[in-house]
Amino acid sequence: MLNYIWPILIIFSFIYSIFNGNVDKLNNSIFESFDEVIKLSMTLVGTTCLWCGLMEIVKNTSIMTKLTKILRPIIERLFPETKTNKEAMDNITMNTISNFLGLGNAATPAGIKAMEALQQSNVDKKRLTDSMMMLIVVNTTSIELIPTTVISIRAALNANNPAGIIVPIWISTIIGTLVGIIATKILIKRSLKK
Amino acid sequence: MTYLSTMIIPVIISIILLVGLKEKKKVYDLFVEGAKEGIKITIKLFPTLLGIFLAIHMVRSSGLIDFVSRVIANVTNLFNVPSEILPLAIIKPISGSGSMAVATDIMAHFGPDSNIGMIAATIMGSSETTFYVIALYMSSVNVKDSRKVVIPAILADLASIITAIVFLS
Repeated sequence: MLNYIWPILIIFSFIYSIFNGNVDKLNNSIFESFDEVIKLSMTLVGTTCLWCGLMEIVKNTSIMTKLTKILRPIIERLFPETKTNKEAMDNITMNTISNFLGLGNAATPAGIKAMEALQQSNVDKKRLTDSMMMLIVVNTTSIELIPTTVISIRAALNANNPAGIIVPIWISTIIGTLVGIIATKILIKRSLKK
Repeated sequence: MTYLSTMIIPVIISIILLVGLKEKKKVYDLFVEGAKEGIKITIKLFPTLLGIFLAIHMVRSSGLIDFVSRVIANVTNLFNVPSEILPLAIIKPISGSGSMAVATDIMAHFGPDSNIGMIAATIMGSSETTFYVIALYMSSVNVKDSRKVVIPAILADLASIITAIVFLS
């Protein structure tokens, strides 16, 4: 997608600036953009390292197993197939926790393993199961406890309180996730009737 | 609410460290080991940021963005949506790094504490790259019938974007 959008934006900007008579401004902006990216990346590196370091500690303590126990009832409700499919259960739990803690690198492999486990017990191999649909939708919204990237960008831009964005993000993600879950349930019910 | 947000990070860091100490883990060694991953992530991100920033700066300095915004504003004003947010809402489900760069640029331009800057940050933090997730998960099991899973996913995206705009305006 970006292979088309990106060049179109740049080429159209150049053409427009010729008609607008501000090619010099356009030329300067090319070099200004580099400065800004470098400044931003310097701050980004700090926050990202901090969070990755803390997560390494989490992975090595009992926090992970405790979270699994808390989540079990919710997961069984959202993904009924996990009651009879232990491998799917384990991987969906891991996927949910990783999403929650903002560990994208751990969430995706776990999610894919869960899909494969669900496919094993799938009757119609060419069609998504109910739980697979739910897993996909929940992963597109993905509730994150601490949105580190957004916070570090706000810090890089000298916001008054970089972490002040956490609560608005929670509210907006939770509502998005609820809408996604309800819409998926309705879609599943309607396809049963047919 | 701001106070609550301020407390969250120090509290979580302390809890993690306390549990680590209680379970006799070498918390500092673990921290340093994990932090190395952060450098890799940032380096991987750098080229995408550079590419997107370059394009956005050119669109802005040429005046093209003002022209497009004026056209779009005619429509969005009807729904009371700030037109500056529109490019982000469009790119958000398609490209993760792309939308991150667009959101960052909006925050830098309007200020991270402005209404528009806050809305951009919330939209960026509130969902994943929808089409990427669907494509990846679908291809992992090689199914043909998606059962229109894209509909609830897009509805969820819309709901969180609308919530962000309503809540912060």
